[in-house]
Amino acid sequence: MEVRVVNVRKEFERFPALHDVSLDIRSGELIALLGPSGSGKTTLLRLIAGLERPTKGAIFFGDEDASQKSIQERNVGFVFQHYALFRHMTVADNIGFGLKVRHRAARPSAQEIRRRAMELLDLVQLTGLEKRYPAQLSGGQRQRVALARAMAIEPKVLLLDEPFGALDAQVRRELRRWLREIHDRTGHTTVFVTHDQEEALELADRVVVMSQGRIEQVGTADDIYDTPNSPFVYSFIGESSSLPVKVENGEVWIADRPIGLQAPHAPSGEAVLHFRPHDVDLLDGCSGCIAGTVAASRRVAGTRRVELEIGGERQRVEIELPVDHPAAQKSRVAFRPRRWKLFPAA
Amino acid sequence: MADPEIKSYEPLHESRSAAVTESGPVRVTLTIVTLVFLGVFLLLPLIIVFKEAFAKGVGAYFESLSDADTRSAIRLTLLVAAISVPLNLVFGLSAAWAIAKFEFKGKAFLTTLIDLPFSVSPVISGLVYVLLFGAQGLLGAWLKAHGIQILFAVPGIVLATVFVTFPFVARELIPLMQEQGNGDEEAALSLGASGWQAFWYVTLPNVKWGLLYGMLLCNARAMGEFGAVSVVSGHIRGLTNTMPLHVEILYNEYNAVGAFAVASLLAGLALVTLVLKTLLEMRYGAELAATRGH
Ligand SMILES: Nc1ncnc2c1ncn2[C@@H]1O[C@H](COP(=O)(O)OP(=O)(O)OP(=O)(O)O)[C@@H](O)[C@H]1O
Ligand SMILES: [Mg+2]
Repeated sequence: MEVRVVNVRKEFERFPALHDVSLDIRSGELIALLGPSGSGKTTLLRLIAGLERPTKGAIFFGDEDASQKSIQERNVGFVFQHYALFRHMTVADNIGFGLKVRHRAARPSAQEIRRRAMELLDLVQLTGLEKRYPAQLSGGQRQRVALARAMAIEPKVLLLDEPFGALDAQVRRELRRWLREIHDRTGHTTVFVTHDQEEALELADRVVVMSQGRIEQVGTADDIYDTPNSPFVYSFIGESSSLPVKVENGEVWIADRPIGLQAPHAPSGEAVLHFRPHDVDLLDGCSGCIAGTVAASRRVAGTRRVELEIGGERQRVEIELPVDHPAAQKSRVAFRPRRWKLFPAA
Repeated sequence: MADPEIKSYEPLHESRSAAVTESGPVRVTLTIVTLVFLGVFLLLPLIIVFKEAFAKGVGAYFESLSDADTRSAIRLTLLVAAISVPLNLVFGLSAAWAIAKFEFKGKAFLTTLIDLPFSVSPVISGLVYVLLFGAQGLLGAWLKAHGIQILFAVPGIVLATVFVTFPFVARELIPLMQEQGNGDEEAALSLGASGWQAFWYVTLPNVKWGLLYGMLLCNARAMGEFGAVSVVSGHIRGLTNTMPLHVEILYNEYNAVGAFAVASLLAGLALVTLVLKTLLEMRYGAELAATRGH
């Protein structure tokens, strides 16, 4: 099922949690909402589910306007961050709940519900635990039950709010792979919220980066990482360094020196240069480069991070060097970013 | 003082309790005071109730219980409890639901209002109904014109009892529901349940022990209420006397065995309530709210 969010605005008591958000989710896609805390990820997910109503705008499921439909009519599977399993029901009853509450005409028989529950339990690899209560399960097992319960209603869309948020790193990685497998097998259109960029980039077909109630960028992991379209995305995804620069006649300057970067389309004036610390060329001589004094140097796993002080204003930037690179021993280092982007000064 | 000895009698894991624990004699004295107090003020009266009730033998005891007026008082008390407990179950559940699960203006005020019956004297509660429904009261003339008898009749007694016992269920459920939040209900709705199904299959089971606990206390109070009921009942023997009122009448008539026989039933009710309450607390303590002991 294709889902379109069109110019949605959401206010809580006049406080805008989402400003004019639009997003097209393709049928069968696994898409991640990624952003810092408070950026509106949960709010957007709840709007799609129908747990909240938009202040303005509309949400389409296929060609149907779903915004006026109740949550029951939307037929979405929602997995809550803290699972929200029914504590007084067994695992099997939890999974079968969505079928049990159907209208008489659409309700399968008790045996059929049980059969479906067992099937799903199999799918989430919890065979044999059907008689347990939620309190008798581990966090990872509860998470899987919550997912099985959401899938039991054969939802058009599967929505997961920080599905692995409460689990430890090891289990997260396992469940991540497992979720991808399940998605590939069942083909549900799936939206999941996370603030773990590794999780988003690794798992999702496309990533939606959000900040302060707005969508900053939508794209594949490669798009987002290699061509960030805003300073926020640049600094939020992966490592980044930035320097205030000046553009004059299509050339980039720091203080009174051109640094050898051409920006023919950038308007002249103040700007901010962004680049990845590992994506730099080290230079020996310096006619057109960024040169700085080494202020600090740290060993980070297989590389060395060097903090440089640049120019008279002593701007600090970080670059990454191979551990055995001779430059690490020097007091002055010159480099030029290999890939970079200019954004207008804030 | 850097006395090295200090360490030896202040091991870390005990230091907190060691700091607040009194010395032996003080502890013993406190315990004895408490026990004597409980004995004199609670246990002794309870024993006397049963002793007096059986003072003239088992035969006299059952004879006085089978007296027509006494039987009518028992019936009335059961009737009042049977009406007011379910009513307050519904009221309490709705009030707790509204307060715990929704945001609205005047919520704090409503919460205070629910506690009102606990903070005013039951006699005042009764008097309010007299002022409202009495012959000279606000609605008195209208009620009389339509031949509706509220005061000095069963409806008045039920109303007064409902008022006095209103907080029990609500106060038990509010913190419980607040703690549980909306998550489970939202999950149920997202799975296609109607509001009613979510309530029946999810909300109610989540609070069932708290609800039972509240009902138990509500019932004990409904059967034992004296002040408010005394004002509105009119003390008509065989008609508007509840058990507590009947005890007083019998006692004033120097019918000690009769009075204490009825009192023993009330005491028995209190004991049963106490046992059930303790059992509930022991088994489902974690599920009950932190509002014990009212
Ligand atoms: N029910 C509500 N009432 C008032 N404000 C709310 C409500 N829900 C969310 N907000 C506000 O809306 C903004 C976005 O919240 P949201 O829960 O969508 O953030 P999030 O991206 O999911 O954050 P997190 O990663 O911490 O879960 C926040 O500033 C939050 O305070
Ligand atoms: Mg959230």
